Amino acid sequence: MNTNHLKAIVAIKRVIDYNVKVRVKADLSDVDLSNTKMSMNPFCEIAVEEAVRLKEAGIVDDILVVSIGPKNCQEQIRSALALGADRGLQVECDVSASPLDVARILQKIQQEEGADIFLLGKQSIDTDNNQTGQMLAALLDCPQATCASRIQIEQNKAIVTREVDGGLLTVEMPLPVVITTDLRLNEPRFAALPKIMQAKRKPLAVKTLADLDIKLTTDIELISVSSPAHRQAGIMLNSVDELISTLRSDAQVQIPKHGEEA
Amino acid sequence: MKTLIIAEHNQHALKAATLVTLGAAQQLGQPIDLLIAGHEISELSQDAATIAGIDRVLTWDHAMLAIPFSETLAPVIANLRSQYSHILLASSSFGKDLAPRIAALCGVNALSDVIEIISPNQYKRPIYAGNAIATVKNSASCQILTIRTSAFSAPTHEPTASLAQVHALSVELPHSPVRFVKQTLSESSRPELNSAEIIVSGGRAVGSEANFSVIYDLADKLGAAVGASRAAVDAGYIANDLQVGQTGQVVAPSLYLAVGISGAIQHLAGMKDSKVIVAINNDPEAPIFSVADYGLVADLFDAIPAMTARL
Ligand SMILES: Cc1cc2nc3c(=O)[nH]c(=O)nc-3n(C[C@H](O)[C@H](O)[C@H](O)COP(=O)(O)OP(=O)(O)OC[C@H]3O[C@@H](n4cnc5c(N)ncnc54)[C@H](O)[C@@H]3O)c2cc1C
Ligand SMILES: Nc1ncnc2c1ncn2[C@@H]1O[C@H](COP(=O)(O)O)[C@@H](O)[C@H]1O
Repeated sequence: MNTNHLKAIVAIKRVIDYNVKVRVKADLSDVDLSNTKMSMNPFCEIAVEEAVRLKEAGIVDDILVVSIGPKNCQEQIRSALALGADRGLQVECDVSASPLDVARILQKIQQEEGADIFLLGKQSIDTDNNQTGQMLAALLDCPQATCASRIQIEQNKAIVTREVDGGLLTVEMPLPVVITTDLRLNEPRFAALPKIMQAKRKPLAVKTLADLDIKLTTDIELISVSSPAHRQAGIMLNSVDELISTLRSDAQVQIPKHGEEA
Repeated sequence: MKTLIIAEHNQHALKAATLVTLGAAQQLGQPIDLLIAGHEISELSQDAATIAGIDRVLTWDHAMLAIPFSETLAPVIANLRSQYSHILLASSSFGKDLAPRIAALCGVNALSDVIEIISPNQYKRPIYAGNAIATVKNSASCQILTIRTSAFSAPTHEPTASLAQVHALSVELPHSPVRFVKQTLSESSRPELNSAEIIVSGGRAVGSEANFSVIYDLADKLGAAVGASRAAVDAGYIANDLQVGQTGQVVAPSLYLAVGISGAIQHLAGMKDSKVIVAINNDPEAPIFSVADYGLVADLFDAIPAMTARL
């Protein structure tokens, strides 16, 4: 089969900008995101970039970006359109959707779209779940390639190198496939101004959960959010000798004496 | 009800992460089964049966499981769900790949990176790169958790004489669409990052793959594992699996030496629970000093060889 004309769906999430350090609300109900800079999840940017590169290579010819969230996640959809995606879809959802919710929504969208390649980030940097792609693959009963650092599409199959504990693992799987992106897959480009202007005219549809016949899951309930134990800055030492003698007396580990190997 | 742990192993021995997961599972206070899926695992299973705290070892032996894929394992594990209230995996790349796939087949959410078990349905887990800790309640009929191994420890019991029962699962191998192509493992005689007592990590400032020998020499003197920041991995100085941080390995050794690492929040997320942190950086303003117990403002190319020479 000709591998051209494939369809890709990229799921993107609006999250706190990765440079911002969050604060926990005084009532410990959640983190405080008021007046916080929000951006596209960095792993989703990598996913968008990869889809655009597949399009530039003539392998993919339609890229749909989907974001599930309140109206303002349209900002991130527009950014993805400016980077080269063709169409956007916002699924209106005012509460935080769980990974299984997002996977079920994407499964519904797939029924209409029939995409060949799903690209998701490996992890959202807010909830740090690392789950959605794997769940989507399970629901679609299709193969998954998580933490991808290299993707090759040929002959209706994907050859993906994954970052795993201990090194790299390369696997081959038939399309359709769900791939989640790791940091070293690519370096996302910046959108040029004319592209940002063009993106305003690209189609951006909105659907509700009711349109998709989705009821959100309730099995995980957030009880409270607290700050982690605070680490105090310690003391500054003046020399390597001072450092070694301090570690010998203070650290709870064996620091070898001169001449002996650990 | 019972707990099921999905073992991670190299066909000969269980990984340390699985033993730590057992330590976490014991806090649930209910019988524990261990599933070992692999090929030619009878010896491994007999050994596992002597580990105190395991009630039953379930084995699933098949040539296709020598390199197990989540596509094959998940449906079989999901089918066992009615027997278990909890299914636990380590938050390793294996566990993170598999747990959500099982959960989706069971129709439930999973919890990643549990750092504390408050009760059999309440847990703590870090969010926002560890800058906040969420307490969550899980009311799923079968709770699927991955365990952050730096937050728990393996049971210290001696092997028991009363062997756990070993039970071979009789299941048909689900068809897996995934074909193995190749694996590039970083060979190292140094301790593993997630179980090392001491870790020496190098950052962008190390400057090249060749220069990393400065870090390796110190690590070898200390009997330490070697880690790195994302910048050092991205630049190709060192293998990807040695990245410490929010999106890499999370470690909590007794002693962590950060060398030429600025201390970005994503890096801190992976090491700030270390017992003692030492930072060596030539910039006195580097944020890493704000979490370090001991800081030394120095050029790493002077300080590290000097330290190695003096040990
Ligand atoms: C989504 C996302 C995920 C990320 N995940 C991770 C992660 O898991 N782990 C991670 O580490 N990073 C991660 N990062 C990257 C992180 O934000 C930082 O960019 C990275 O940690 C910086 O690495 P570094 O400290 O080595 O480099 P730099 O920030 O460049 O710091 C180098 C330091 O070396 C010092 N220095 C320079 N020369 C010398 C010398 N001769 N001697 C001594 N000191 C010297 C400098 O003063 C500086 O402080 C992530 C980023 C994103 C966006
Ligand atoms: N609300 C959302 N809208 C769109 N995509 C999402 C959403 N939540 C998660 N995803 C996708 O799933 C990936 C992994 O997220 P997680 O499993 O939450 O760590 C993200 O990088 C996105 O690609």
